[in-house]
Amino acid sequence: MALGRSNGALAAGLAALLTCLLFVCALSVAVGSRSIDLSGVIEALTGSGVDSTEQTVVRDVRVPRTLLGLLVGAALGLSGALLQGVTRNPLADPSIMGLSAGAAAFVVLGISFLGITELSGYVWLAFAGTVVAALLVYAVASFGREGATPVKLALAGAAVAAGLWSVTSGIVMTDVDALDQIRFWQLGSLAGRNMPVLEQVAPFLAVGLALALLCGRALNGLALGDHTARALGQRIQLTRLGILAAVTILCGAATAACGPIVFVGLVVPHAARTICGPDYRWILPYSLVLAPAILLAADVLGRVVVAPGELEVGVVLGVLGAPFFIALVRYRSLAEL
Amino acid sequence: MNTYAATLERAPAALRRLRVHRRRRAVLGTALLGAVAFALFVATLTVGTTYVPPLDVIASVFGLSGDPGVNFIVHELRMPTAAAALCVGIALGVGGTLFQQVLRNPLAAPELIGISAGASLTAIAGIVLFAWGGPAISLAALLGAFGGGGLIYALAWRGGVSGYRLILVGIGITEFLLALVAYLVARADIRDAREAMHWLVGSIGQSGTGELLALACALALLVPLALGLGRTLRALELGDDPARAVGVRVEGARLGLLAIAVALVAFATAVAGPIAFVALVAGPIAQRLLGAQGTALAAGLVGASIVLASDLVAAQALPVALPTGVLTGAIGAPYLLWVLATINREGRGG
Repeated sequence: MALGRSNGALAAGLAALLTCLLFVCALSVAVGSRSIDLSGVIEALTGSGVDSTEQTVVRDVRVPRTLLGLLVGAALGLSGALLQGVTRNPLADPSIMGLSAGAAAFVVLGISFLGITELSGYVWLAFAGTVVAALLVYAVASFGREGATPVKLALAGAAVAAGLWSVTSGIVMTDVDALDQIRFWQLGSLAGRNMPVLEQVAPFLAVGLALALLCGRALNGLALGDHTARALGQRIQLTRLGILAAVTILCGAATAACGPIVFVGLVVPHAARTICGPDYRWILPYSLVLAPAILLAADVLGRVVVAPGELEVGVVLGVLGAPFFIALVRYRSLAEL
Repeated sequence: MNTYAATLERAPAALRRLRVHRRRRAVLGTALLGAVAFALFVATLTVGTTYVPPLDVIASVFGLSGDPGVNFIVHELRMPTAAAALCVGIALGVGGTLFQQVLRNPLAAPELIGISAGASLTAIAGIVLFAWGGPAISLAALLGAFGGGGLIYALAWRGGVSGYRLILVGIGITEFLLALVAYLVARADIRDAREAMHWLVGSIGQSGTGELLALACALALLVPLALGLGRTLRALELGDDPARAVGVRVEGARLGLLAIAVALVAFATAVAGPIAFVALVAGPIAQRLLGAQGTALAAGLVGASIVLASDLVAAQALPVALPTGVLTGAIGAPYLLWVLATINREGRGG
């Protein structure tokens, strides 16, 4: 492992990744089903353009979409890293822990019983569903003297996910309209989420990101095991609760905005760990930069491959992320957490 | 010093008492689980549009009843569903707990590491792209599950397979396959999408006798085999090096046990679709009820109980008939949560 890598080298790597991210952001603003040349894009951004359609496309569609991709990607990457750290399980990701299932169940309930059909309505439902699922998982896992141990968290998460999946599938099997809407929502996409959706979730994402970035030292302590962490003076139950709160906010807001996008949260922390070793004070910032770069790159690719149509970013990530992830698993000795 | 020596003398006796106590708990618990599964099986044959008293059902099952009406209802109408539920439950319970023990991770369930996802992709492709039905779908699912299992094993192979790498590869493959499934469902005609969802949720009692017979044969062959390998399994649970030290050929044993698990899950999925959660919870529930011994059989019985109970509720207690898979989560999840919560409160949880 890269235990001996110096802080200077890691900082330089982070700067390089940041450059990549900026490049991908630029691509995301410049590329789309409507071809606009580079000067047109720059004119539209600076407001000096004459063609109002191009200006609308760039300013009202692509820029919000890119911003959303940035925020959501960062949120997914960080929440995955936090979740794997706090459960000490390399498999923990928001979908396995029941959080996405909570969001999906609430969205389906809203569609079927409240007649909500607007994307902006889904946002609050998905957020509420994530919070409820997280509370349930944590409450069940923390019964007993030793509190929420990693194994109990993982099992409770899987149990809650399955229970909520029952709710979702039960409704979907009896309500064709709900099925028709949820089957698109659950692909996970950045498309069609314009400024209002971004404004709805941005405050939550900002708070969650700030909270998450403060967790590095605490995660390093937890990684040593409960006893050692306690011996080092950490209040582990409180720490776990704080970290899970950050995960819930991040994952809830991200799912609310885009639907369940799973691969990012699972893959990015592993990739980050391969680059910078087991120190969470570096894993977190690396995840923060790497995740949105991957999400946006996948989104751009989805716009290009079947143009003039569009492939949802969730599908692109699923298809392209898997080979990447498997290569990572095969050729790098990933750390057992 | 004296008390220390006395403690040492007493230690073997205490150990023996503990062992006897554990074995008694395992045997009693397994018997109890068997009784629960049997009661649910009989209940499935008992209730329906016409009520048949349980004693008549039992008599008819064992061929002692002379009433042709009762025999017709029990054997022709209700037996296929009940037998399918029983077999699918046992297969998923045993298969799931084998995965968890061999790979040493409570999250190593077939629906999370790519076996069910392989079956789902081939079956959904059959439904959406080729408009197949019935046996063709079952065959596709069977092949898909084996294909998923083989792919994961091959990709995780690097001069040997570590459980950890296999699970990670499995999760990656699952995401890959499920992304394609979701894409197919989203692009399909809404009627095909509904049929696809129905299959994805999983339900008992829609398959033909051929599939059920295949599953029963697989069970008869594989479950005794799995139970016979229990000692090897317990050695593997200690970790690769300790297992090698006690004389287990780790790689071969792991491949054999995983192949058994994949086959059990594949045949069950061909009969009922990828019924969620049974394989995931059966092992942990059995383990927490019985302690560590004899969990494969107990897990099978827990699985059977969950599927039978889910099917009963799905078919009888709800205003609209729902596929069984809707309820396995609804019934299994609270139970697992309750087991986790209560046992933890006594301070025995892990």
